[in-house]
Amino acid sequence: MGELLTVNMGPQHPSTHGVLYLELKMDGEIVVDCKPHLGYLHRGIEKIAENRTYTQFIPFTDRLDYLASMNNNLAYCLAVEKLLNIAVTDRAQYLRVIIAELNRAVSHLVAIGTFAQDLGAYATPLFYAFRDREKIIDLFDSICGARLTYNYMRIGGVSADIPAGTEQLIKDFIAYERKQLIEYNELLTYNVIFLARSKKIGVLSKETALNYSVTGPNLRASGVKWDVRKEEPYLVYNKFDFDIPVGANGDSWDRFKVKLDEISQSLRIIEQAIGAIPEGNPVSKVNRVFRGTGEVYLRTENPRGELGFYLVAEGGFTPYRCKIRSPSFSNLSVLRELTRGLNISDLVCVLGSLDIVMGEIDR
Amino acid sequence: MLNSEVLQKIKNKFPDISIEETPNALIISKSAFLDVAHFLKDEMTFENCHCVTAVDRKDKMELVYHLYSTPNHFMLTLKTIVPLDDLTVESISGLWRSADWLEREVFDLFGIKFLNHPDLRRIMNPDNWTDFPLRKDFKRADFIPRPQSQGLNK
Repeated sequence: MGELLTVNMGPQHPSTHGVLYLELKMDGEIVVDCKPHLGYLHRGIEKIAENRTYTQFIPFTDRLDYLASMNNNLAYCLAVEKLLNIAVTDRAQYLRVIIAELNRAVSHLVAIGTFAQDLGAYATPLFYAFRDREKIIDLFDSICGARLTYNYMRIGGVSADIPAGTEQLIKDFIAYERKQLIEYNELLTYNVIFLARSKKIGVLSKETALNYSVTGPNLRASGVKWDVRKEEPYLVYNKFDFDIPVGANGDSWDRFKVKLDEISQSLRIIEQAIGAIPEGNPVSKVNRVFRGTGEVYLRTENPRGELGFYLVAEGGFTPYRCKIRSPSFSNLSVLRELTRGLNISDLVCVLGSLDIVMGEIDR
Repeated sequence: MLNSEVLQKIKNKFPDISIEETPNALIISKSAFLDVAHFLKDEMTFENCHCVTAVDRKDKMELVYHLYSTPNHFMLTLKTIVPLDDLTVESISGLWRSADWLEREVFDLFGIKFLNHPDLRRIMNPDNWTDFPLRKDFKRADFIPRPQSQGLNK
């Protein structure tokens, strides 16, 4: 072994998916040690939560995992509803499921596109993914008036009912996306170069994944059949029929494939929910300012794993403490273990397949 | 599985330690915490340390651990009280690797020191910082607390 070279990867780097700084100790092309440094996007969101009323904090959750804002809104609103025992109408529950699953599909599309981009499939997969994503973003725009930071969920419901004709648009999208998924499989999934770059790279064993509290598609890729939507159903997920895609080896390719399969499962859920959506008023009737007491921990299945909100209320208008357990935070902590002894180009592959979002890591 | 069942099993194993039961959580004394954590992981199937955090109660610090048992589908909330004059507690990162970064976060934001932690550095704020921002007595010139509107003060 020659002399070790220290390489600073990031914080401004196209492959670190945000402002992540990796301190690499290199022996030639081989990564001997990889130390992630966080905090470049730290905005003190947990402190902000203590200084805002419960309703005022909803838009801040958009800025956590900014690729899945609806899911963050949902998790926070569910936590507050559990704290205060607020009931939600059936229509609102179905709407929430549809919106959350659409956002999951969007989020996975970005993950797949950027992952392929990281592996050198320059621009094409990314543009294909973003083309599909645009359709849902436009749909969200018509529902809530924003394209990225939606602030759509409310404590006790949603901010507004979906406009007329949205159901048909969603049905059209499902039919369209199913065709696209076949194309993605043909173009990307079994492409020889893609396989060579991602198979058997960064193998995450079942034990390591559980020990590091890795969740979401990364955990399922390691062969653990675990999904909060199935195991501890919230909303109305227990009414729908869907599978949990599981990987065999826990390598980067499996993490990619699980995400791709999850899109088609999300489409299945949306299709069933659209068919069974009840009439009613989904708009929240809860006061905007209220007090709460008690404490609650609630987690939901976000696209990147289990997002948990730990709320402590002491009778004030604001939460006394709001801890956000973000999935990417735990998923990133396993990186050092995964990349020991890999090539530097494979490190990019592992990082891309872990699919992190710095917004929710630094908070 | 219920809190009371876990409580009973811990009491059977460690008859001497004091455990307090609240509706949501078990509060375990700081000195016995590591032993109980060992027991929970090795014999009670709590193989997933989901979340570690702290709450500043002004007169004391409260550490909150969320441990998950997959076979039992049960999330256990475990608490331990850290007095302000001795802000140290044994690290559990040797048991659950996920606790490594989560404990660093608590150290960074609350200033609680974790003994025998492999790499106890600040994780989000710069290393040369001296403040602990999530403490209730945190004050800085550029930190603006909750806007005091009249409606909220009534």
